[in-house]
Amino acid sequence: MTELAHFGGATLVVAVQLVVVVAGGLLLLGVMRKTRSRLEGRVGPPVRQPLLDVVKLMSKQRVRPSSASQVFVAGPVVLVATALFVAGTGPLVTSDPPLSKSTDFFAVVFILLLGSVALALAALDTGTPFAGMGASRAMTIGALTEPALLVAVLALSVPAHTSNLPALVREGLSDPQVIASPGRILALCAFVVVIIAETGRLPVDNPSTHLELTMIHEAMVLEYSGPDLALVTVGESTRLALLLGLLVNLFVPWGIASGRGAVELAFGSAALAAKVGAAAIAIATFEVFTAKLRLFRLPELLAGAFVLGLLGVVTALVVR
Amino acid sequence: MNGSVLVVELALGVVAAAAGGLCPEGMRLRLAAGLTIAACAVAAAAAAVVLGTGHGVAVHSAGILPLTGASLDLAPPSSVFVATTAVVAIAACVYWPGYARHDLSSRTVSAVIPAFVTSMLVVVEAGDAVTFLVAWELMAASSLVLVLAEQQRREQTRSAAQWYAVMTSAGAGAIVLAMVLVCAHVGTVSFDAIAAVAARPGDAGRLPGGTRDVVLVLALLGFGSKAGMVPVHVWLPKAHPEAPSPASALMSGAMVNLGIYGLVLVADRLVGGAPSWWWTAVVAFGAVSALYGALQASAASDLKRLLAYSTTDNMGLVLVAVGLSGLLATAHEQAVAILALVAALLLVVNHAAFKGCLFLSVGSIQVATGTRDLDSLGGLARRMPVTALLFGVGALSVAAVPPLNGFVGEWLLFESLLHALEASGAVVGVVVTVAVAALALTGGLSATAFVKAIGIGLLGRPRSTGAATAHEVSRSMQIGAGLLAVACVVLGMAPMLVVPSLERAAASLVGGGRPQVLSGGVDIAVAGMEGVLAPLWIAVGLALLGAGTVAARSVVRQRRPASRAADAWACGRELQTARMQYTATSFAEPLERVFDDVLRPDHDLAVSHTAESRYFVDRVVYHSAVADVVERVLYRPAIEAVRWWGSRARMLQNGSVHRYLSYALVALLVVLVVLA
Repeated sequence: MTELAHFGGATLVVAVQLVVVVAGGLLLLGVMRKTRSRLEGRVGPPVRQPLLDVVKLMSKQRVRPSSASQVFVAGPVVLVATALFVAGTGPLVTSDPPLSKSTDFFAVVFILLLGSVALALAALDTGTPFAGMGASRAMTIGALTEPALLVAVLALSVPAHTSNLPALVREGLSDPQVIASPGRILALCAFVVVIIAETGRLPVDNPSTHLELTMIHEAMVLEYSGPDLALVTVGESTRLALLLGLLVNLFVPWGIASGRGAVELAFGSAALAAKVGAAAIAIATFEVFTAKLRLFRLPELLAGAFVLGLLGVVTALVVR
Repeated sequence: MNGSVLVVELALGVVAAAAGGLCPEGMRLRLAAGLTIAACAVAAAAAAVVLGTGHGVAVHSAGILPLTGASLDLAPPSSVFVATTAVVAIAACVYWPGYARHDLSSRTVSAVIPAFVTSMLVVVEAGDAVTFLVAWELMAASSLVLVLAEQQRREQTRSAAQWYAVMTSAGAGAIVLAMVLVCAHVGTVSFDAIAAVAARPGDAGRLPGGTRDVVLVLALLGFGSKAGMVPVHVWLPKAHPEAPSPASALMSGAMVNLGIYGLVLVADRLVGGAPSWWWTAVVAFGAVSALYGALQASAASDLKRLLAYSTTDNMGLVLVAVGLSGLLATAHEQAVAILALVAALLLVVNHAAFKGCLFLSVGSIQVATGTRDLDSLGGLARRMPVTALLFGVGALSVAAVPPLNGFVGEWLLFESLLHALEASGAVVGVVVTVAVAALALTGGLSATAFVKAIGIGLLGRPRSTGAATAHEVSRSMQIGAGLLAVACVVLGMAPMLVVPSLERAAASLVGGGRPQVLSGGVDIAVAGMEGVLAPLWIAVGLALLGAGTVAARSVVRQRRPASRAADAWACGRELQTARMQYTATSFAEPLERVFDDVLRPDHDLAVSHTAESRYFVDRVVYHSAVADVVERVLYRPAIEAVRWWGSRARMLQNGSVHRYLSYALVALLVVLVVLA
């Protein structure tokens, strides 16, 4: 009986996290667009617009390029599946998600890499010049963000003696001093740059551009339509939400549920929404005042993040 | 089980080589391949038993080699390498008859492949220095013949073989010298006896410091060259692409590992533990190799060259892990040292599986399309789906994405780095931090390289008629590559099938220490750390969520018009051709620019004008290539210097008999003066 209750609790947690992150991710896109519009003196679309867009796209016809193979169809599915996997098992609403012992930070990095690789391959599968350009650029940026991310993860893991993600969050809860340690702050800076690059925000990529030569992410998904485009949108917004969720929970863990009770989960969801919303508004505000960097200036930014992460590792070694 | 199993394996190998050399055309290939598979199966079974029980088997025969005899000794550490070699060789031999139909069924090749495989097995099983060196030389010679097998088809094969011959002979020379120094000091050639002397407490019988350092440096150069370590890697990106694909798979999946085996053999057993500076050098060379290999792989547009550089990259990672393990052992952190060595062995096993699979499937692609140049491939996922799938599995394994085996290896490597950082003093801390930086950079680069390999090579539209008319290859080729692809998937989802054996092997090398990698059913856990890695659950979870996503996508199908295929939109461009696609060169161009200083690509732009007016361009020729910088900076000047001396020395010989007689007279006088 307890087994069953345990299983039920775990399923509830996964369901809550998935709903919160997926729906929240789409709303997050709306919030960011609304923030930008308002700051630029426009009214902007309603916050729920991305949600409506996805619903509309789901009922449209699927058109796929005749030159593409099954990889084109599979790409968005893999993207969504990897994002959902991390959203379901990561410490987002509660610090004790199911399979919490096996939610390893390095594993999360590689699982998200699988999503990026799938999308890049799907883009190359269309055989069009723009998609190839997008894939090439996205992989180049990915090749430079991945090291920054890995060293930042290592900088967090060294003082905590583990790379287990829920354990890292719980450590911040039980010992707030850890969060203010220099190693963690350096890692935070690296993380912020990495997340901006990974989710294609300014100054790395402009999510609202469709100018042919400056697109990165948009160029990759040009050929998608209907339900496939809906999946790409959901996958990307879920990634944005979960990366921001992990960021805020690692550096501002307060408010996260520590158990699996329904009330706790409700409060945890509210706290997550508030924290991630604040982070998203901050990013959107920053975007208003920033111009996109030239592609070949990006390595400097990303190398900076890498060095910060590495400094974080060194600091964590020295200061302990 | 006793030592006779090793004799059976050796005999099977010899008979296979003889059958390949002597039997008539129709049957020799199948006979040789079949007997080699049998030899490898015996070897793999013996290795599995040794790893399972922890007890080695040995056999000595005074008759085979003069003076010292030959001895074979299969212990747990060498069993890991024997099993890996045997599995790759089985896959290559299953593949070989299908590939040979297109070429490569000559008497020489049929005799040499079994000899190559057997000599690799004997290198690892050798129980004394003489057996080891004889097998090593046989391995070098037979692989050289294989590199030359297709020399009549391509011009550059001969030059590649020359490079390989020089590098492998020089490496073998260094190894012979190192072994002779050790054996001369101890007075025996048996590895066990040498190890017993080296492990004796106190300084009695140990190598004097200076000699030991010379031995270690020679070993690092000789074995490092075999493992593709930068800067002695130059043969690898030349010889791997030029060899026929089954031979490339054997070289990259099995032979390079023996360099790692040799390093561990010399450092841990023969000299009784290397000093920390040497291990630091191993880590440093490994980190440089990993980075350099990954960069070159992401810039390469020849598919096999890309794989060859990726081998340098992966062996670099192994060197980092091995060096780290040695460094930690000298700092008396036995437990973490074992963990790092387990990571190294797992990387070796994984690399053998995915690189073997990749080379075999590239061989299939080359047979089907007639080219291995990425810029003229494309669209193969539709023309030859099975081969494309196998290549994809291998390539995604290298890119370290779950749920494939490369991911587990990288994870364990990062966990051992994490452990090492905690356990470390100042020296280890600095070394590990540098290693971390190199490894982190390598990961993203190799993912880019293999996205390029899949995306340009297999997807999109065909870029040449060869690719457009390709047909799926024969069943035996698919099975050969498929065996290793299955290994990639199985090792990725259930690494605990092999990790305990690797741990036993690592513990017997390092000595002492508690078990570090713990098994929780299908999970991997590292001792003293919270949390585990559950690769099987990741695979299951991803599969379930993927299925759910597909279901969700088709939920509202009723209301929706049926899907259709149309011309790609491409921002409204009509009449698109395959030539408008991105190529491997253009895909790699941004990275090439970012790492301009290291790669130093050559760009050559020639614009010719029409005769009537120079304002009208007639044709534009653009040429871009990325050469090996190390070769250009380090080796070319040396070659030029040797050439110059050679041409100078020619002046001594003018064909005049009188002059030669006077040389003899002068030489005689000099000898007399010196003796007097």
